[in-house]
Amino acid sequence: MRILALITVIITGIILIYGTVDMPDWGDPNSPASKHVSPGYIEEALEKTATPNIVTAVLADYRSYDTLGETAVIFTAGIACILILRRRRRQRK
Amino acid sequence: MISITDDIIIRTVSRVLIPFIQVYALYVIMHGHHSPGGGFQGGVILGASFILYLITHGLEEAKERMSELKAGLLSTFGILLYSGIGLLCLIMGRNYLDYGGLSTLLKVIPAQARSLGILGIEIGVGIAVMGVMFSVFFDISTGGILPEDEEDLGVNR
Repeated sequence: MRILALITVIITGIILIYGTVDMPDWGDPNSPASKHVSPGYIEEALEKTATPNIVTAVLADYRSYDTLGETAVIFTAGIACILILRRRRRQRK
Repeated sequence: MISITDDIIIRTVSRVLIPFIQVYALYVIMHGHHSPGGGFQGGVILGASFILYLITHGLEEAKERMSELKAGLLSTFGILLYSGIGLLCLIMGRNYLDYGGLSTLLKVIPAQARSLGILGIEIGVGIAVMGVMFSVFFDISTGGILPEDEEDLGVNR
C-alpha cells in the first residue's frame, strides 16, 4: 500500500514538472502576464498618482478594494480574538 | 497578569528605545510613497512598541497609555478612515476609492490628490493594524480576563 502511494506521488510529481516546461521564463517581458496591464502600471503610475513607488501605487490606488479587504481581514482577526478570549464582567446585583 | 519588571536595565532601555521605535514606525508609514513600507508594516512596528511597553512596564502602567478599549476603538477608527475616504470620493462624484475626486476638495491637481489619498488610507491601515496587534496581544497575554474582573470571575492566580 505504501509503495502504491509512493508510485502515485512520483507520477503526479513527474506530470507537474512536465507541466512547468511550457511556462514562460522567469521575468520574460513577452509572457502573457507582463503584456496585459503591467506596462500600463509601469509607464503611467508616476504620472497619474505622483507616487514614485509603483508597489504602493498599485497596492493603495489601482488595487484599493483589495487592500480594504485585507485590512478588514486583520480587523476581523482582532474581533475574533476578543470574542473568543475576553470574558465579560459579571452583572453586579 | 504581566507586572512591572524588577530589572532596571530592561525598564530604562525600553523607555529610551520606545520613542525611537514609534518615530521609525511613523517614518515607515509616511515614507511608503518613496521606499518599501506602508500602512501594514508601520502599523505592526507601532503596535510592537506598545507591546514592548506592556511587557516591560506591566499591565497597570500600560493601561494608562494604551488600554484594550482604546486599541479596539482605534482599530475601528482605522477601518472607518479608509472606507470614509472611499465614501468621500463617492460623494465627490467619482467611483468608490477613486482619489482623483478629492482634487477639488484639496485644491490640488488630480495626480497629487491621488498621492494624498494613498497617504490617507495608509494612515488608516496603520492605525487599524496597530490597534489589532495590541488588542490580540492583550487578550492572549491576559487570557481575556481584565485585572479588575479577576475577583468577580473567581480566578485565582
